[in-house]
Amino acid sequence: MKDDTVNLGLKAAGPATERPISIAIVAMGGQGGGVLTGWIVSLAESQGWVAQSTSVPGVAQRTGATIYYVEMMRSSDSGEKPILAQMPTPGDVDVVIASEYMEAGRSILRGIVTPDRTTLIASSHRALSTIEKMAPGEGIADSGAVDEAIGVVAQQEIVFDMNDMAVRNGSVISSAMFGSLAASGTLPFDREAYYEVIRRSGKGVDASIRTFDAAFTRTEQGEESVEAEAVDQPDAPAPLPERLSDKRADALLSRIRAELPEQAHQTAFLGVQKVVDFQDADYGSEYLDLLRDLTAKDAAAGGAENGFEFTATAAKYLANAMAYDDVIRVARLKTRSTRRDRVAVEVGLKDGQILNTTEFMHPRMEEITSTLPVGLANWLIGRKGLYDWLDRRINKGRRVRTYSLRWFLPLHFVGAMKGSRRKSLRHQTEVTHRDAWLTDATDALKQNYDLGVVILSFRRLIKGYSDTHVRGLSKFDKVLSTTKSIAAREDAADWGRRLLTSAIKDAAGDELDGTIKTIESFS
Amino acid sequence: MAERSFAREVEDLKLGEGDLFRGEGILAITKALLQSGVGYVGGYQGSPISHLMDVLADANDILDDLDVIFQSSASEATAGAMLSASVMYPVRGAVAWKSTVGTNVASDALSNLSSGGVTGGAMVIVGEDYGEGSSIMQERTHAFAMKSQMWLLDPRPDQACLVNLIEKGFELSEASNTPVMLQVRVRSCHMTGEFVCKDNKRPEFTLRDAMNAPKRDLDRIVLPPAAYEHEVEKIEKRWPAGVDFIRDNKLNEFFGPTGEDKKGKTGLIVVGGMYNSTIRALQFLGLCDAYGNSQLPIYVMNVAYPTIPSEVEEFCEGLESVLVVEEGQPEYIEQSINTLVARKKRPVTVHGKDYLPMGGDYTAAVLTEGLTRFLEDHEPQQLGNRAPVPDPVPILTNPVVERLKDVVPPRPPGLCTGCPERPIFAAMKLVFEEHGEHHVSADIGCHLFSILPPFNIGATTMGYGLGPASAAAFNVPGAKRSISIMGDGGFWHNGLTSGIGNAVFNKHDGVFVIVENYYSSATGGQDILSSRAFNKRRQTNNPITDAVRGVGAKWVRQIDHTYDVNQMRDVLTEALTTDAEGPKIIIASSECMLNKQRRVKPQVAKAIKSGERTIKEKFGVDEDVCTGDHACIRLSGCPSLSVKELDDPLRDDPVASIDSTCVACGNCGEVADAAVLCPSFFRAEVTHNPTGWDKFRNRMSGSVINYLQNRREKRAVSFEG
Repeated sequence: MKDDTVNLGLKAAGPATERPISIAIVAMGGQGGGVLTGWIVSLAESQGWVAQSTSVPGVAQRTGATIYYVEMMRSSDSGEKPILAQMPTPGDVDVVIASEYMEAGRSILRGIVTPDRTTLIASSHRALSTIEKMAPGEGIADSGAVDEAIGVVAQQEIVFDMNDMAVRNGSVISSAMFGSLAASGTLPFDREAYYEVIRRSGKGVDASIRTFDAAFTRTEQGEESVEAEAVDQPDAPAPLPERLSDKRADALLSRIRAELPEQAHQTAFLGVQKVVDFQDADYGSEYLDLLRDLTAKDAAAGGAENGFEFTATAAKYLANAMAYDDVIRVARLKTRSTRRDRVAVEVGLKDGQILNTTEFMHPRMEEITSTLPVGLANWLIGRKGLYDWLDRRINKGRRVRTYSLRWFLPLHFVGAMKGSRRKSLRHQTEVTHRDAWLTDATDALKQNYDLGVVILSFRRLIKGYSDTHVRGLSKFDKVLSTTKSIAAREDAADWGRRLLTSAIKDAAGDELDGTIKTIESFS
Repeated sequence: MAERSFAREVEDLKLGEGDLFRGEGILAITKALLQSGVGYVGGYQGSPISHLMDVLADANDILDDLDVIFQSSASEATAGAMLSASVMYPVRGAVAWKSTVGTNVASDALSNLSSGGVTGGAMVIVGEDYGEGSSIMQERTHAFAMKSQMWLLDPRPDQACLVNLIEKGFELSEASNTPVMLQVRVRSCHMTGEFVCKDNKRPEFTLRDAMNAPKRDLDRIVLPPAAYEHEVEKIEKRWPAGVDFIRDNKLNEFFGPTGEDKKGKTGLIVVGGMYNSTIRALQFLGLCDAYGNSQLPIYVMNVAYPTIPSEVEEFCEGLESVLVVEEGQPEYIEQSINTLVARKKRPVTVHGKDYLPMGGDYTAAVLTEGLTRFLEDHEPQQLGNRAPVPDPVPILTNPVVERLKDVVPPRPPGLCTGCPERPIFAAMKLVFEEHGEHHVSADIGCHLFSILPPFNIGATTMGYGLGPASAAAFNVPGAKRSISIMGDGGFWHNGLTSGIGNAVFNKHDGVFVIVENYYSSATGGQDILSSRAFNKRRQTNNPITDAVRGVGAKWVRQIDHTYDVNQMRDVLTEALTTDAEGPKIIIASSECMLNKQRRVKPQVAKAIKSGERTIKEKFGVDEDVCTGDHACIRLSGCPSLSVKELDDPLRDDPVASIDSTCVACGNCGEVADAAVLCPSFFRAEVTHNPTGWDKFRNRMSGSVINYLQNRREKRAVSFEG
């Protein structure tokens, strides 16, 4: 058979049959991708190569995901210039540089990272998208999925927190990424050529070179030492201290050891600190009394076989329930010395500078009333005219200058109202709610151990202040009552968990209502 | 002051004969205009052409030296009409805008301009905002060129070709008395490259010459019977003159085997802008090297309109099938070539959109696929031994990668950190929570980001400055009032008359929010009539309130600090509930934060360095007060307001957190107050170079505070070892 295929009449050797080196920089608009792109083009041109970059300008990229693209190649021996493409072709990119971890994930989804040729240089830090931040609870995307994908798709991977490295060296992420690019060996240029480009850029040269070097070294060394890896692992709980010097604290510690199963020790220790900090040692005892009773019920329901999960879960959520968010707590947190120290670190306060803070507070009559003793509070609520009159005076936004005496003293005083807190209307409401919740949980526990645990965890839905708090309570009620309505089902705990997840993910509550509808259809 | 300064780059515009220019497309275009001896330039900003306007503004001194008049046009219609200076006088002019939106606005002027024809070269440079990265509807400028008969240049993405075509374009315009369009695509505007320069040319005939010796010719004015004669002239004179010029000057190019060497059966007809991607696709198929030496013959149409019959015939000679590569729909060029081939009864079949997709980007991957199918059907032996082409499919179908689809969150563009428009929409959301949802007509501009999470506000967008006009029908007394939004850019572009004037005249009962941020911000911070900055070349500081009152609006409220969410909410509520008749107009003003930061940051740094007492602010969140509900984020979406995981096993949900990019606009604190969210937010104020009085006061209050803190903390139960 005649072979009529056509063979391209190209010279056997030389760059003609090759394609240009292609580099895609995936970034968020305004993140400095343009600077890095400019550097790479200058680098190639300084070495006598032909380079071309493209980008998308303007509003189309404001804070959104965008892509810069560079191609570079030598002219032919006869001086012909290469024809360079304006967009990366999936499956045909040599280097992908991602300035953020989910953007690295997005580049993988675009198909521009492939195992036969792509070096992926990615910063592992996260800049969260609006969608992730909006969820009324945990909504952050799973970086683990990107880790896994990178392992599969990249020919060479260079992944570490380049943002952190840049910040530590007083520069911006582009310097770190440039350093990693240099160290990756993907471009046939000397390290000195990279320095020259940075020097010519003229701005923050020393810090840029410092960052460049740090990234270069880190890239050459490969995997970072174990300390960085350890950050991702949840800290192993610290063992309980032998004894505490403060007798009041030590007594509580001894009770934890003596009365609670070992599985709940760590959480209960943290919990007791939280409630004591909220109120006092007596309140800590009350917490432990409640936990002791719950432990007994746990044991009766087969807690030992279940690793006393019920008690451990209760130790967590009971502490949160008891340390509710009221004005006294806020006033105390805002006025303690550690808070000022933390802010000073956050703003990088230096000697000779003065720090002040302004709080954005909006107290309403409701918050004030609920802090009063039950009798007085109810008396006030009964006098609508007076109550409304007071509300008009109190209910407005206040700019509180924390560290001026005019504001610090009243805040300090509100903090001192802790003494009468346990007689307050708010406390009464909280205790009633708490007891009902615990009763529901222990009732369920007898039939279905898992369900008891799940009901305890519903407490997670109650958070925030004012309207947010009310919305949280209503979600809690919905989730709890729906779960109770199917308590007899074997899979009630699973549905309870599903309800909880829906409620956490979706602020509008549509998803939660959907899940409830599904459950209602069971009957 | 524009968002990006080209003060350094414009120096390259002074390069002379034989110098090598290296830089971005927009600068190459400007240099080409100067080399062509233009007498005037104008235009309206809009991606991807915004930066061309910025380059021209930054190059104003250079333009002055060359006697070139530069106008920041009020709209594309203004810019289009400006070209009428070339109707009677032999002066060259160029205007630029974003297309197709800008061409829509300008098309009345362009129709009139094309009808009468031009004496001096007239060129419209359009940023063809099509494909990935585009911010508008997907349409082709090609249609405008055809309907008005303007020649459409579409140069290969190569700066030497681009510059040459601009120079030749003016000659073409003059030779055929026809205005021309030159289109550059999104990724070509900022594409870097190089070309060898010529000297800049002073206009041979200036506008001064024209004004001092005015001319008129009734035959050039669009009025019957002249208008009928224009049509005849277009067909009988200007068209053939244009075709001849294009052919004689070889504006279109032939690549690959020609003459004797042309032995194959197939060829490609490629519109200029698609050339680089086509070459890459051929390279993947083993039919071309990296330098464009192609095995297939290629006819590159750097002039996309009109089609040059003799060139097409010559190219098709001996070929059995050709494939037309043009992006977007309809397939105007394919139709044109088909008509030509059919009329001449040439034995060649014309393909195009039967192998290539009707819409969307013609990337190298898309073209590779289309070319493969075309060659398989018409000349399979060209595909040779079929070297593997880049193929991401095995990777994309890997389960590990597929799982990523559900993980990677979308990241659309949004309002910047500290944007003064954010509190307007936060306030609107609060109003809706109280009074229910209202119909909202949105507009073009940064404020359009309100349609995305977390705000989800806005039902339609009908075009720049047309937000209020698009609410015109919703004028029903007693119904829930409609709200329309428009920026200051859109307001001056046309919204004053199309929206506000219209609403006043028709006694519209709705609410009209004009978002004023002192610049045309979405396009990069260009000055407009109501800009607050001093601009030595323009008259700024013309208040919008005066303008709306001038057209008869009565209920007008000016907000000078949009960050005051309470005030914003109250005025919106008032506008929705007042008994006042006629349009309720709210002008919400605060400076664009991107521009403000560029202006203020160096000032602050200088003040601190010189020892001046300066207060620097940043917001923060008390993580033990924050409960992790994120209601604040759902009312803000500020990039610097994020969430972080706590190192506390007792807490499940991440808490709000403000990163170091915070510019202390105050929105989060104001929202927390207005929505009665929580007391977690605080503003930290650091006094640099404090005065003696500052220090004294700080010492006094500090000692009392320390005493109280120590006393309370000493009494507390300690869990320390």
